[in-house]
Amino acid sequence: MRRDVFQAIADPTRRAIITLIALQAMTPNAIADNFNTTRQSVSKHLRVLTECKLVKQEQQGREIYYSLEIEKMKEIDKWLNQFRKIWETKFNQLDKVLATLKKQKK
Amino acid sequence: MTHDLLFDFTADKETATIYITREFAADLDLVWDAWTKSEILDQWMAPHPYHLETKEMDFREGGRWLYAMVTPENVRLGWSLAQFLKIVPKSSFTTRNSFSDENGNPNNENFTFSITETIFTANEETTTVRVVKKMQSLEQMQKFVEMGYKAGMTASLQNLDQLLASLAKR
Repeated sequence: MRRDVFQAIADPTRRAIITLIALQAMTPNAIADNFNTTRQSVSKHLRVLTECKLVKQEQQGREIYYSLEIEKMKEIDKWLNQFRKIWETKFNQLDKVLATLKKQKK
Repeated sequence: MTHDLLFDFTADKETATIYITREFAADLDLVWDAWTKSEILDQWMAPHPYHLETKEMDFREGGRWLYAMVTPENVRLGWSLAQFLKIVPKSSFTTRNSFSDENGNPNNENFTFSITETIFTANEETTTVRVVKKMQSLEQMQKFVEMGYKAGMTASLQNLDQLLASLAKR
């Protein structure tokens, strides 16, 4: 099944996993330690992330380490973060406008 | 403080829908006005360094808002049209957003449009606004995001220019 990145990052746990392994490659057990959830559930999330090529696996001895596919993440950055930034900019502008209007009302 | 206000942005590629939630430090009446009166919309709806220019605003069901994004050099970046499909006062409104000529005639039937629902919720001291923006297809969503990307880059670069200018003065 072909997964897409938007579906993958829509889930808060998967976003948290991405943040975790962005810093260093980690084993599924080490990742699971950070969440209030089962090892099975974390494995499922890792499978989704792997299927849409957001993370890659690497065998080191008996352990599998998961790390971030930087290039794929950059793709999403391009698609979403910049768009998000526009809205952030607009909303910050609105904050200022609202503050001004509140002062005028007083 | 503004940086503590909730801001959430998610995109669902399957349904070509973008969900944006933001909290504002003002009461419902004021926030509603800021999203529905063109004289206030003009002040914030375009990301800096652009600004908005409203040609027509008729905020009622069946009415429309015709506006253009304008560059700092006063070049209009085409006209945008928001047709008001449904309005529930101080609660929500739904628009059909598209691009048009200066008289509000749609550019091209095949061209991109989105249906946007904007929902307002009053909290104790703040107001939460949720925007649900549904595009017709994934391809149109990509186009839409790509356009946003370019505008976002321009805005960031402009902000960088300002930062550099202010540093240079020191």
